[in-house]
Amino acid sequence: MKQLALVIDLNVCVGCHACVTSCKEWNTSGTAGSMSDFNPYDEDPTGTFFNRVQTFEIGEYPKTETVHFPKSCLHCEEPPCVPVCPTGASYKREEDGIVLVDYDKCIGCKYCSWACPYGARELDQEQKVMKKCTLCVDRIYDESLPEAERKPACVLACPTSARLFGDVKDPDSVVSENIRENGGYQLMPEWGTKPANHYLPRRKTRMTIHEDELTRIDNPLNKERQLPMPDEDEQTLDDVMSW
Amino acid sequence: MHPAFSVIFLTTLIGAGQGLFLALYTGQLYSVFNLVPGQSSHTFYGYGSLLALIFLVLGLISSVFHLGRPERAWRSAAMWRTSWLSREVIVLPAFMGMTFLYGVAHFMDYNPMLFSISDVFNVNLTLLLGAMATALAFLLFLCTGMIYACIKFLQEWATPLTVLNYTLLGAASGFTLATVFASYAGIQLAHFYAGWAIILTSIAFVTRMASLVRNSRIKPKSTMSSAIGIRHTKIQQKSRGFMAGSFNTREYFHNMPSIWFKSIKWVFPVLTFVLPVIILSSGMESNSFAIYAFAFVIQYVGLIAERWFFFAQANHPQNLYYQTI
Repeated sequence: MKQLALVIDLNVCVGCHACVTSCKEWNTSGTAGSMSDFNPYDEDPTGTFFNRVQTFEIGEYPKTETVHFPKSCLHCEEPPCVPVCPTGASYKREEDGIVLVDYDKCIGCKYCSWACPYGARELDQEQKVMKKCTLCVDRIYDESLPEAERKPACVLACPTSARLFGDVKDPDSVVSENIRENGGYQLMPEWGTKPANHYLPRRKTRMTIHEDELTRIDNPLNKERQLPMPDEDEQTLDDVMSW
Repeated sequence: MHPAFSVIFLTTLIGAGQGLFLALYTGQLYSVFNLVPGQSSHTFYGYGSLLALIFLVLGLISSVFHLGRPERAWRSAAMWRTSWLSREVIVLPAFMGMTFLYGVAHFMDYNPMLFSISDVFNVNLTLLLGAMATALAFLLFLCTGMIYACIKFLQEWATPLTVLNYTLLGAASGFTLATVFASYAGIQLAHFYAGWAIILTSIAFVTRMASLVRNSRIKPKSTMSSAIGIRHTKIQQKSRGFMAGSFNTREYFHNMPSIWFKSIKWVFPVLTFVLPVIILSSGMESNSFAIYAFAFVIQYVGLIAERWFFFAQANHPQNLYYQTI
């Protein structure tokens, strides 16, 4: 049992949209055909995207925090979009758990997009079929690529390594380790979709420094340094020797 | 959700077609038990079935406009084990076929006695075909309703009331249509059908209002907090990640001013329920075709508004992710 997925670290994401553009670039030039754009440089542009980065503000001004939130298909373990498909074009792969659409079988009825609570599916306006994140299935198994590059395009593009890729069912994988140790969670758990993609929450990295840690108590100079001048009204050896 | 006119016409047209067939068969059953005068097979049941078929075919044609790739529509019967849409795709032609056979048998006056139940009740061919078509009509209402009711996170739809309303609204409009047809065909059954149309419209009014009341009290299960998984009561979207339009901004919003939405909420009950009942009951005195036809047209326009509202009211949880540009 294998379930490939992404783990996205919200603590690290800086909201640069590199994953969005690299996703579009890879998948629009891929074997599955283009992700169409309409009026890209005109009024009212529109287009197909598998991945978006959204921005949220948490809290009330001035005590707010900005969270950048990348969103793509979560490759649910119980995908609600799959059983509703009337043609079987939408399916979940047994071997690695990736949820895919067979573009040659899809009739473009949009029912699967209604059945996805995350809005992860988009109807391509040119091909008139439903499209979604493939976890770069045409890339991760491509043996002509060096092994380090057999990862989804978004993962490779992320400059801060906020996106991790691996098998969430393998307890020793990097993704499982991160989910386990950094409080990985799923989106909208209330619907029982069991998303495979996990998110890591914002974490505060704090260092507590006590006052006495700022000065070095066992400083050897304490013994060797020149002693301070005594105050004027204080007795000194000079007073004794004044005669 | 974005109300697509293809689906609005599909559901209202096949609903009326199914209802009309149920009305025809109800008339036949009543006449078997001599509760209403029997009708000519040829003109009434034959042409009546044809009229029902016309509505069903128009609905089917309308549904094609909803598909991105209609040339592959034949594939959609494949996943009947899991998908209610697939089941509808199978049941609709089956019902149409059975209605066709029922109509042809009546039209050709081919109605041999098949068997009798305890030597009292004689079952002939049209009665059997009609019973099978009736079962399919109800099955089709179930499939159509369940397409919407089975999506659990569209909380406005995920209720047995959805199936009940599809059934009752279809039946009500079908019986109104049967009234129009009976009065056009110059048959005494117009009163009988008008009475049933009033009863069904009134029951549908109660169940549809029940769903409105239920929906006004829905507390959305998904919140901003569960959508992005951050435990805080104050979460505000600052950017949805793009300024252009996308499928996500078009498919899940009705994109109409809220005044329009609010006024449809009042318009559709008046057009679908209140006016047809008043017009039908006033038409029963003069028994005039024009008044009955007026009632059906008003009710059908009301049903289009009702279906528009049904879609527009459903609030998809994905909208949480698309609140600000």
